[in-house]
Amino acid sequence: MVLTKSQQKTVNLVKRHWQLYLLLLLPIIWLIIFKYVPMYGAQIAFKKYIVTKGIVDSPWIGLGNFERFINSAKFELVIINTLVLSFYQLVGSFPFPILLALCLNQVRQKAFKKTVQLVTYAPHFISMVVLVGIMIQVFHPRIGLTAFLARMLEVDAPNWMGSPSAFPHVYVGSGLWQNVGFRAIIYLAVLATIDPTLHEAAIVDGANKLQRMWHIDLPGIMPTAVVLLVLQTGRVLNISFEKIYLMQNPINIRVSEVISTYVYKVGLLSTTLDFSYGSAIGLLQGVVSLLLILFVNKLARRLSGHGIW
Amino acid sequence: MESGNSISTPRDIDDVFLPHVKETGSDKVFTTTNYIVLGIALLGVMAPLLHVLASSFSSTTAVMSGHVLLWPVDFSLDGYEAVFNYKRVWVGLGNSLFYSVFGTMVNVTMTFLAAYPLARQNLPGRKFFTFLFLFTMLFGGGLIPTYLNLQKLGLLNTRWVMILPGSIAIWNLLITITYLRTTIPTEIHDAAQIDGCNDIKYLISIVLPLSKPIIAVIALFYAVQHWNTYFDALIYLRDHGLHPLQIVLREILVLQEMEMGDIDLHEYYKLMGLKELLKYSLIVVAAFPILVVYPFVQKYFIKGMMIGSIK
Repeated sequence: MVLTKSQQKTVNLVKRHWQLYLLLLLPIIWLIIFKYVPMYGAQIAFKKYIVTKGIVDSPWIGLGNFERFINSAKFELVIINTLVLSFYQLVGSFPFPILLALCLNQVRQKAFKKTVQLVTYAPHFISMVVLVGIMIQVFHPRIGLTAFLARMLEVDAPNWMGSPSAFPHVYVGSGLWQNVGFRAIIYLAVLATIDPTLHEAAIVDGANKLQRMWHIDLPGIMPTAVVLLVLQTGRVLNISFEKIYLMQNPINIRVSEVISTYVYKVGLLSTTLDFSYGSAIGLLQGVVSLLLILFVNKLARRLSGHGIW
Repeated sequence: MESGNSISTPRDIDDVFLPHVKETGSDKVFTTTNYIVLGIALLGVMAPLLHVLASSFSSTTAVMSGHVLLWPVDFSLDGYEAVFNYKRVWVGLGNSLFYSVFGTMVNVTMTFLAAYPLARQNLPGRKFFTFLFLFTMLFGGGLIPTYLNLQKLGLLNTRWVMILPGSIAIWNLLITITYLRTTIPTEIHDAAQIDGCNDIKYLISIVLPLSKPIIAVIALFYAVQHWNTYFDALIYLRDHGLHPLQIVLREILVLQEMEMGDIDLHEYYKLMGLKELLKYSLIVVAAFPILVVYPFVQKYFIKGMMIGSIK
């Protein structure tokens, strides 16, 4: 076989850098075993899984599992809850990191600024279990912080953890509490890159601080904000399992059951372990998410000139 | 890339420009409002933490009667005594320490093994391999096929399941690749090659010493992830002896299950309040290590975020 010049060059490069491929070998084996084998295993979504036969030899049943899910009573509930909670979280938590960054950017007192940053970043590092633990204690209807404040205001103590109507607000609010500071970091970084001559010109023109924040700082971070928002939209179906599963209780289950928790329950928790049915729901979510992400990335690219890849 | 410094010290335009001009009336109102808004944010974030901290140092009666706001009432260490006498907490703590330390070592090694070759611009097949990694960030087999796979591999209910399946986090791989590409000039590599340095030798003697900052960043990301997560343990581990701290915390704080037999508290037994008090102290004990270390390593996290965002 005769190789063209460029092919010959490639072969030489491969030969020269065999050590690099050797280093890459272990990660690639890992990738195949722990990531791609389960992807291949996702075929049980189209099968009737029989334990003794395993994934490959179980009989195909086509789209039966998917039809069963779409026609089930849970379908609408789970999809609606997932979308409502995700979008509420997306929109509810969007403006606050921007506001925090804009305000912090105006602070001249270094010590105060550092303190606010240090404190507001901190909750980001608290685990979900501890976060939900804190919520249960702080919102405790008898001994919690909210109960104390309610007594001071002489109103009835709220029971936010045990009320379905409060659930979305508690979910979104606690997420905001945990992440507002950390999300502000990126906006602060963008604010630091805004051209100072813009501010100088505005001062000469007699603009006050509020006007400069509104007409210079805010437009300056808007492109970043829009791209982040669009990209997050692509993840609306991937609502985090960890927190919502911890927050679930029999009282709020009608508003708190989402796709990921439902998959876990039908697939791994229920007494009639239905691997195929659970996988089908998971696969449906995965495919729709993938399409969504590809779509919004394209959108982000069009809006800003660059997506995440 | 300008790192952490530019964030904490942005240019103070008003100090540099027209420093002698006094704030106008509307600017004064603005500045005051600004401080009030930030003050509210500060208080709002701190209040729940202070409430838990204060409660944990209060007496059972003060806690049970709901008298604690943001400062300990009737100071006592009973809650901490109960935590330290609770055996499951210590088993969990030991396991979490093991998973975090050993797991992070595996993570960093594996991430570097992948990142170093993939950061090379001229490596044939680099794009394809990078895509193989990236794709798993967008799509996966799902919970149940993953579970069945681990079952088949015989990893369920072993310590390995907490370490091997998550060896590489794709996000950390990406920031490592970006770091290697942007901070180590290719000229160094060319020079080393001319001097007869092979790829592995180059990795060990040049790349690794230059990569200390990124190793710190990803090691921190991985360690915090190991310390904080409960999901894998919930699904894959049955033996109580293998459970990390977060699973024990979940039982006590969220499911409100406590094995009172494990606590050596015969004289306190009747004090139901101790159960409640223990939760506050437990939260403090669990969150304490991270919150204490965090101010010192904060800049590394920010650095990691920034490297991620220039990608």
